[in-house]
Amino acid sequence: MLEIKNLCAAVENKEILKGINLNVKQGEVHAIMGRNGSGKSTLANLIAGKNNYSVTSGEVYYKEKNIAAISPEDRALNGIFLSFQYPVVIPGVNTTYFLKEALNAKRRNREEEEINAADFMRLIKEKLKEVDLDETYLKRSVNDGFSGGEKKRNEILQMLILEPELAVLDETDSGLDIDALKTIAHGINQYRREDRAIILITHYQRLLKYAVPDYVHVLMNGQIVKSGGKELALELEEKGYSWLEK
Amino acid sequence: MKNTLKKENSIIDEAISQDYKYGFVTDIEQETIPPGLSEDVIRVISAKKGEPDWLRDWRLKSYKNWGKMKNPSWAHITYPSIDYQSISYYSAPKEKKELKSLDEVDPELLETYNKLGIPLQEQKMLAGVAVDAVFDSVSVATTFKEDLKKHGIIFCSFSEAVHNHPNLVKKYLGSVVPMTDNFFAALNSAVFSDGSFVYIPKGVRCPMELSTYFRINAANTGQFERTLIVADEGSYVSYLEGCTAPMRDENQLHAAVVELIAHKDAEIKYSTVQNWYPGDKDGKGGIYNFVTKRGTCLEDNSKISWTQVETGSAITWKYPSVILKGDNSKGEFYSVALTNNHQQADTGTKMIHLGSNTSSTIISKGISAGKSQNTYRGQVKIMKNAENARNYSQCDSILIGSECGAHTFPYIDVRNPTAKMEHEASTSNIGEEQLFYCNQRGLSTENAVSLIVNGFCKEVFKELPMEFAVEAQKLMEVSLEGSVG
Repeated sequence: MLEIKNLCAAVENKEILKGINLNVKQGEVHAIMGRNGSGKSTLANLIAGKNNYSVTSGEVYYKEKNIAAISPEDRALNGIFLSFQYPVVIPGVNTTYFLKEALNAKRRNREEEEINAADFMRLIKEKLKEVDLDETYLKRSVNDGFSGGEKKRNEILQMLILEPELAVLDETDSGLDIDALKTIAHGINQYRREDRAIILITHYQRLLKYAVPDYVHVLMNGQIVKSGGKELALELEEKGYSWLEK
Repeated sequence: MKNTLKKENSIIDEAISQDYKYGFVTDIEQETIPPGLSEDVIRVISAKKGEPDWLRDWRLKSYKNWGKMKNPSWAHITYPSIDYQSISYYSAPKEKKELKSLDEVDPELLETYNKLGIPLQEQKMLAGVAVDAVFDSVSVATTFKEDLKKHGIIFCSFSEAVHNHPNLVKKYLGSVVPMTDNFFAALNSAVFSDGSFVYIPKGVRCPMELSTYFRINAANTGQFERTLIVADEGSYVSYLEGCTAPMRDENQLHAAVVELIAHKDAEIKYSTVQNWYPGDKDGKGGIYNFVTKRGTCLEDNSKISWTQVETGSAITWKYPSVILKGDNSKGEFYSVALTNNHQQADTGTKMIHLGSNTSSTIISKGISAGKSQNTYRGQVKIMKNAENARNYSQCDSILIGSECGAHTFPYIDVRNPTAKMEHEASTSNIGEEQLFYCNQRGLSTENAVSLIVNGFCKEVFKELPMEFAVEAQKLMEVSLEGSVG
């Protein structure tokens, strides 16, 4: 589903990614772990198509197509979803309206009929329960006045409603208490399916206890320095990252 | 749109450049008098309208005052000086050139109508196509008129009011905006063409939104419009001015005057959507809009509320204001001003507190895109006898792109120590982060901008009557087209 070949990228002439190779197939969950500044968020943003990075070499293939020239919105319409580390506030824009617009953009793209208001309300109320948000949330503006945990749950809610094929979750577990963490993990497990793929980007092992990955990769100084199964996460928890430094 | 206007202009130019065949004072049939302004011209206008002597004299006095005044230069706008002698001051009630079908209308204009979701029959009316007898703005309007009559409400053109209700007109005309108020108000007072008159009797709550739209065919109000609304004791009226659709308009200079009078316990809500031709992408053409709008809360417990959505005109110079004379009276100003390309807007309000326990609210949202300049200019004045006056002002600006400007000039003058004032202001860019977030959810950049801008304006839109609010949102989209990317 996603194939990254020798990807190098820079921000303002500073090289952040130095040759990333990653292959994510349908049905797989990959965790990418690493310290702050290792390039994790850059990788997530690059997959989603954020344009303030310059790709200096390498390619990203999604569904076997090189997506270098594809705009962020077209990537989204074609099934790539990014759960933001810092979801942005859009004052005055109703959350329900925003989500409905996003869903209908996808539907139009697939040449399906737009969802009507009643069906949408039914859908969103059902998904709200999955992420443990109450209905007052529907009346609020996008991320406006949301607590850290609410913002993260809102991201997962959007994922459940938009049903992407590839979900990249950028530190969706950071700053959460244990109950919220379990809710997020529950949402991820709800979403997980044979025909979908997930990339979990995280500092810590604790999310991976509840949302268990198939593969774990360690990102360090812009390179994947070690890959393994889920047990690698436990090893990292125990030993930290320094033993992997050259 | 541009082409239509050009065409129109050349038709008008042609008409104007023809020799005037019939002499001055006598001929009432002629539709246009030659360009230029003089006492004679004002006498002609007054005579053509069959006005009483007092009104003619009032016009003449205004003209004399205007002659002593200077074009104001304090606003943050630039434009070539206007040659007032090159304008023809009497062109109404000229018929618009009637087109036979929508096929004859500029396709660009039609596209805009479609984007705004305007029904076909209304499109015809707006574009000046002959409307068939089946359709019914006319009979709808008639039904409304009967309903209004039942309540004793007067809603007619200004000219009709001069003839049928001279005492009311005489009593209130110029009572809020005196003829000497400013350069453009003085000009309007001398040459005003027509406009609307509304009187709501004591204790009557006007059962519907009054809209100039219902009189669209009845009166072509032209460039020097005059509106007078009087709400008598305990009455209520909501008045809608304008239309979200761009109208055909041949006049470059507009200088309207609107006066509102609210008596004891009365409330007037005045909503405007202004979408006149803003000029082309290079800043050529477009309407100059110099308006004086003011209301007075004449007696206790009265309330006046202005809501405006300004997206049109090359130049907007406009400060709908409230004089809070009665005790416990309330003034409100809710404004969205959007400028794109080379548009310039200098708009805001004045709240003058004279009575005790008076309160005013100002919410202004400015959106600048392209190479436009958008200025908020507001004054809050608390006079000596205004005990416990309160004001809340909030002025937010949003910038789209890096070539536009947003400016805020709040003037605050407090002469009573019991006053409570609050002022908040913010300026921000539409952030790349916000756009990327929307893009990542599958929304195009254009949709994202309109979503963000509409969210930004929400506090103002919610003050608009329902159907107007929906149209206003679409209007924002159309007005912002091409501003990003």
